[in-house]
Amino acid sequence: MVPFAGYDMPVNYPLGVLKEHLHARAHAGLFDVSHMGQATLTGKDIAAALETLVPGDIAGLKPGQIRYTLLLNDQGGIIDDLMVTRADRPDTLFLVVNAACKDGDFAHIAAKLAGKATLTRHDDKALLALQGPEAASVLAKFIPAAARMEFMTSREDSFDGVPVRLFRSGYTGEDGYEISVPNTAAENIAKALLAAPGVQPIGLGARDSLRLEAGLCLYGSDIDTATSPVEAALSWVIGKRRREQAGFPGAARIQKELKDGATRKRVGIKPLGRAPARAHTEIQDASGKKVGEITSGGFGPSFNAPVAMGYVDTALAKPGTKLNLIVRGAALPAEVVTLPFVPHRYVKSKA
Amino acid sequence: MSQIRFTKDHEWVLLDGKIATVGITEYAQSQLGDIVFVEVPAAGKALSAGGEAAVVESVKAASEVYSPVAGKVTEGNAVLPDAPETVNQDPQGKGWFFKMEVANPADVAALMDQAAYDKYLAELNG
Repeated sequence: MVPFAGYDMPVNYPLGVLKEHLHARAHAGLFDVSHMGQATLTGKDIAAALETLVPGDIAGLKPGQIRYTLLLNDQGGIIDDLMVTRADRPDTLFLVVNAACKDGDFAHIAAKLAGKATLTRHDDKALLALQGPEAASVLAKFIPAAARMEFMTSREDSFDGVPVRLFRSGYTGEDGYEISVPNTAAENIAKALLAAPGVQPIGLGARDSLRLEAGLCLYGSDIDTATSPVEAALSWVIGKRRREQAGFPGAARIQKELKDGATRKRVGIKPLGRAPARAHTEIQDASGKKVGEITSGGFGPSFNAPVAMGYVDTALAKPGTKLNLIVRGAALPAEVVTLPFVPHRYVKSKA
Repeated sequence: MSQIRFTKDHEWVLLDGKIATVGITEYAQSQLGDIVFVEVPAAGKALSAGGEAAVVESVKAASEVYSPVAGKVTEGNAVLPDAPETVNQDPQGKGWFFKMEVANPADVAALMDQAAYDKYLAELNG
């Protein structure tokens, strides 16, 4: 067990990080992510209100649709990354934010939207993630409608009579769900899912290696208040209408970076040898000049080689660019690669 | 006659004449988890007691392997860079890290013997 954002979290279960990782890619893995922050945001013009804090197209969300977006500060830095879901009621949004940021996020949102929105924390709710190619068939045994959901959609349903909210989304690059359940029912639901064939519990270690192979950012490592969405290669979260109309924090800087490019960029980095390069490893160009730093790095069990991401000068961000990583005093060759390391296998829309 | 000794950093050292074989213990491998990278020292490298000698990385993290005593490397285990999982499978056998000619064999005798190491582990797991 390790301390994480004020919670005691298991790095791994008896299977171990490597086998847990491979299991989640081959079958289904259950993650206890109850430390994450859940809240409901309500108000008459709720999408327009939230759009003053994030660059995503929230007004365009259909009922039950989920969107990944960013809470920005006035400098265009990232306060947190989060999932926003439009509930069936038009005046309600459901938010899921990072554990370490939740108190700050919720205070920020409540203060900035005072008079326009009411934020209700769901500290009485746990969050379970069921991820992997067998997640849909497993969950359908308990909730038949789960299998028919499209990716990045949400619905309310019941699990053995307990009201739950399902999100078809995740943090592994695989198909899967996040399931918001009452704290009082969480243990029973987790046990029921773990008893299904093909499901194993997965700890924080494999959660990290899975998301890194999928090229997904870890808040606090790959993105923080000092990084902008453009630097973080997250420009895709900024909706077309939002780019034109702006009206989000830091819009002047972000619009300029969208037009002219940022000076540095988050990229995938593949060490060419077998040695992993961990976070904070210095990145140099061929001449030995420091050009950036690794922000996440380790071994990718499915990729079967070391994987990393980090920030480099934009001139060196093109895939195929050769770099050196300074590991234990030695310069190890590496190259810029296109993310993700392992292709996403999200379910395709049936529409 | 050979003798096996242990360090508080969970290296084992097996002395045979002036040549010591060094690796990490079963306890160390179980704590590290799946090992994905090993770097062993080259023959001829001089090592100081407690100095960095090798690197072992699991999926979770990178760790140093320290030299239990002073001496000079005679051989690194050439199998490990390509098959780091050998350390998980057989940490106190085929998963040895390096062999060294020790400067002073008495330094090895001064380390923990099996009984003392077992007691140390029992205390760690309190």
